Amino acid sequence: MTSADITGKIPQRLSLKSRKNISVILNYSLLIAIAVFFLFPIIFMFVSSIKNNETQIIRDMSNIKAFIPYGEIGLKNYFDVFQQMPFGRFMFNSVFIVGTTVLTGLVLNSIIAYALARINFKGRGFIISLIIALIIIPAEAVVIPLLLMVNRIGWLDSYQVQIVPFIVDAFSIFLFYQFFIGLPISLDEAAKIDGASPFQIYLRIIIPLSKPVFATVAILQFLFRWGDFLWPLMVTRGYEYRPLTVAIQQFFSQDPKVWGDIFAFAAMVTIPSLVIFLLFQKWFVHSVASSGIKG
Amino acid sequence: MISQTFNSNKKPVRKKSNPLQKKETMAAWSFCTLPLLFLFIFLITPFIVAFVISFTDKRLITNPNLPTQFIALRNFLRLFNSSSFHQALWNNILFVLVVVPLQTFLALLLAVLVNQKLRFINLFRTIYFSPVVTTMVVVSIVWYLLYNPGEGLINQFISFISFGKLGPYNWLNDTSMVLPAIMILSIWQGVGFQMVIYLAGLQTIPHELYEAGRVDGANSWQQFWYITIPQLRNTTIFVIISTTILAFKLFTQVWVMTKGGPQGASKTIIVLLYQEGFTMLRVGYASAIGVLFFLIVLSVSIFQRIYLKEERAVA
Repeated sequence: MTSADITGKIPQRLSLKSRKNISVILNYSLLIAIAVFFLFPIIFMFVSSIKNNETQIIRDMSNIKAFIPYGEIGLKNYFDVFQQMPFGRFMFNSVFIVGTTVLTGLVLNSIIAYALARINFKGRGFIISLIIALIIIPAEAVVIPLLLMVNRIGWLDSYQVQIVPFIVDAFSIFLFYQFFIGLPISLDEAAKIDGASPFQIYLRIIIPLSKPVFATVAILQFLFRWGDFLWPLMVTRGYEYRPLTVAIQQFFSQDPKVWGDIFAFAAMVTIPSLVIFLLFQKWFVHSVASSGIKG
Repeated sequence: MISQTFNSNKKPVRKKSNPLQKKETMAAWSFCTLPLLFLFIFLITPFIVAFVISFTDKRLITNPNLPTQFIALRNFLRLFNSSSFHQALWNNILFVLVVVPLQTFLALLLAVLVNQKLRFINLFRTIYFSPVVTTMVVVSIVWYLLYNPGEGLINQFISFISFGKLGPYNWLNDTSMVLPAIMILSIWQGVGFQMVIYLAGLQTIPHELYEAGRVDGANSWQQFWYITIPQLRNTTIFVIISTTILAFKLFTQVWVMTKGGPQGASKTIIVLLYQEGFTMLRVGYASAIGVLFFLIVLSVSIFQRIYLKEERAVA
């Protein structure tokens, strides 16, 4: 009796299991196909950048060999880039501009958000509405008059022209404000009884509790500033203050194009942001997700 | 709600100790002053200046013999009659009409795919997101080569899967292909961002809803249609609006790959603004473009507010 039961059930169980297997296989095939779609340009870039022979790069471009590192493999293109232009200078410019903007931005944007979220003072409501209204103004709409202004004060071709206008950001203030207002007010009250000043409360209570929002703002600002192109294109002339984005575009527009060198340059622009992303992946996902939770 | 409890907690303190309140107000203003000053100088002032000079014929380098004049609405009238502005606006609208629905749909699809409990699913999330952290200038350069009419990989691939019937296309030099080419690479680069926003949205849907759905005999397609989609309503509105605004800002890809060509077929509002303001030095005219651009973004944002309010009223 029991054996009949088992034999009766086995085929059914098997078919269920194999059906599940098929759906898992289909699932993975779809996931992998999409992964190929997202990865192929990036792999193409990295593989081509280490092919020393320019004619080979052009020959391989049209077929699957574009993704296979073979032939003369090496870092010749990378050395070429360093030899032909002050690449280190461009990299320093980008890191310095983005780093300074993001770090000073974290201080200034969080401290005004702290005042707005945690201190009750006259004018608070007006400032909050003003900042929410300012979020709507896109940078592109004001670049021309801003160019006129910085031109008049002689800021063209400098670091400050790429840093100072972008430190305070209405959307960053808004993200901080939303986070701070959710923290329990009893924390401030307790500290106040102990005689802490507002600045001490900000420094010792609010900041340690707010690491997620600091990470969010830092990452979003990093992404936007690192890829910024329109403004540096307008305000930099020579190579002294030029960031990577403008430098690679100018290198790319020169003829004749040496694709190996262009790919090596592109790879070196991509590697820092890719590494930072891979190291802080969880935070990236978290910050992008929380940028959507508004309104 | 939070600010209400905040206020009610606050009032007794204010009555008890006036000097403390005064001190706090001073502290608050000292925290606000510097950030507000920055916003005033670098955002509010140029914003007002944009409106003011859009009514003038101001140029970047002023000629002392030709002082800037007030020309009322002439810049705007010229814009409305300019065929290159029409072309740019139409390109932007076309870009919005194709990219926004497509990218939103693909983002949702990807989010559902990577929301499954499978091994290595985090790896796939990472891969799908990686174009977002690749700088747009770099993306444009790599795709420029992929679109190469002769040896480009994309033409070869299309020819391969169509058994040589389709292509080769002259992607970036063909007036009818250049915009689709830019659309594809823009979606490729941007969709991971919206995927993550959707993923966060999916994870906030309570499991009980799906359980209840299953009890009522809903299959997985019905569950998706009647539970997932309505629950993601606000996320979808946010994704649509933010993608629309991004699509109106289209510049980097175009500038790197085509500079708006061929024959203006990929010209966008911001490309026109850059050319007029920076290359031609017509600052007044370019500011008028900036003002119109702002009005477009503003109306899109107002649309979002109205929609979100409606949702709240229903819920």
